Amino acid sequence: MSKVVGGKCARRFGGVARGRGNGNTTGKARLAGESMASEAIVLDEEGLSRTADRMLPSGGRLRGLRMLSGGASQETWFFELVEAGDGPVHRLVLRRAPGGCYQHATAAGLEVEAAVIRIVGRNGIPVPTVRYVLEHGDGIGRGFVTDHVDGETIARKILRDDAFARVRPTLPAAFGSLLARIHAVPKGELPQLRLTGAAATLNILRNEVRRLDMPRPVFEVAIRWLEDHMLDDREPALVHGDFRLGNLIIDGHGVAAVLDWELVHLGDPMEDIAWLCATPWRFGAVDKPVGGLGTREDLFASYEAAGGAIDRARLRWWDVSSALRWGVNCAAMVAQYRDGTDTSLERAMIARRASENEVDLMRLLYLGD
Amino acid sequence: MQDEPTPHEILGSVITFLRDDVQPQLSGYSGFQMRVAINAIELVRRELAVTPAHRMELNAMLVALLAREGSTADLAAEFSRRIAERQIDPQGPAVERCLWALTDAKIEVDQPKYAGHLRAKAMRAAAK
Repeated sequence: MSKVVGGKCARRFGGVARGRGNGNTTGKARLAGESMASEAIVLDEEGLSRTADRMLPSGGRLRGLRMLSGGASQETWFFELVEAGDGPVHRLVLRRAPGGCYQHATAAGLEVEAAVIRIVGRNGIPVPTVRYVLEHGDGIGRGFVTDHVDGETIARKILRDDAFARVRPTLPAAFGSLLARIHAVPKGELPQLRLTGAAATLNILRNEVRRLDMPRPVFEVAIRWLEDHMLDDREPALVHGDFRLGNLIIDGHGVAAVLDWELVHLGDPMEDIAWLCATPWRFGAVDKPVGGLGTREDLFASYEAAGGAIDRARLRWWDVSSALRWGVNCAAMVAQYRDGTDTSLERAMIARRASENEVDLMRLLYLGD
Repeated sequence: MQDEPTPHEILGSVITFLRDDVQPQLSGYSGFQMRVAINAIELVRRELAVTPAHRMELNAMLVALLAREGSTADLAAEFSRRIAERQIDPQGPAVERCLWALTDAKIEVDQPKYAGHLRAKAMRAAAK
């Protein structure tokens, strides 16, 4: 039985590369709150090969299997299927639970994720076509196979490389119309998803803050602000949950695909808008709130032109909760570093970035932005 | 009392060696990890450079605010608890000053060039 070793989870933390790249050169952390194993990651190539005729009607010979990234919450593998007699080559991607089976509590689940991708695809959102959802009998874990989509996901490259100079100014508006379309996907078509509005989000954050070892007065001030400005319930919409550079494939024309639907849920659409504009996702370009690319005005105008409605008061609540969410994720890494879950230097250094989020929260709460 | 040079000075030489001699020979994964390692040593070096006077200043600020003595860690825990239990109003000017002082002290060690921090400093300077 041949198995392909993809690398060690811990070593690959932070590596999010699809399309190109070797998956370990970006310093930006994946959204965490996720646990990870340090063992070598292994995928049974023969097991994957046996599912080929369910991925494509023609079936095909598997070749070139390699790991693109071993994210904390999902593994991504690239491979090709060659049709019989050296026929057409299909480039495919397997997204799988780490080690085949681990799943974080807030993740929708890979089968649900695949179902959502198919539905939003039918509603005009650019996503990779889902070819096959792994079944228990396949014996290679939980996950799904999609077509490979060419383009770039690494934020640093999208923000700085000349190849994206022409497309960069168009992205904030593209994000706005895409988000409006995601938020308008008819709920009747969707599988059952967790419902997490403002109140549930605050409960999660409060519990996580209280679990931290270090006292964090700034986080406590943020919790109080969120309590004092609690939002009322609205009719929930489909929320992507992690819409930002790093999770979008960008090519020379714009957004080629929206990836990483693992945190998909029903909730307040303003959550996605705020998360996209959160300071960590500006990648150093703090004066460009939309992903380090442009202005909120461009984003809001295109969101509303595509049928969405921006609610600034609600957005502000989600701005604060987004900063706190990322801060709590960083701070929680101290425990993961110490208990041996991930003893990498990178993890230690990301844990020390919780102070950045305290600065962001202080700015939001006392200076407006 | 140890002889000199100081840990701060020695780490400075370590950083220079890694950045100028080792880093250029590395690429890909190792190159990236070396960059992280240099950042880590720089962080430790900044933390070692924090003066006792500055540590005392933070402690004194918390003592004044909470009207009790204690280690800075204990007082920070007490400060957090009182905020959470709504015994302290976060809008109070002395409370806000204390929050900024604690936050600045951390970020100046962790990431003094953090863009969000520079922005906050500029906004606070403009507000004065």
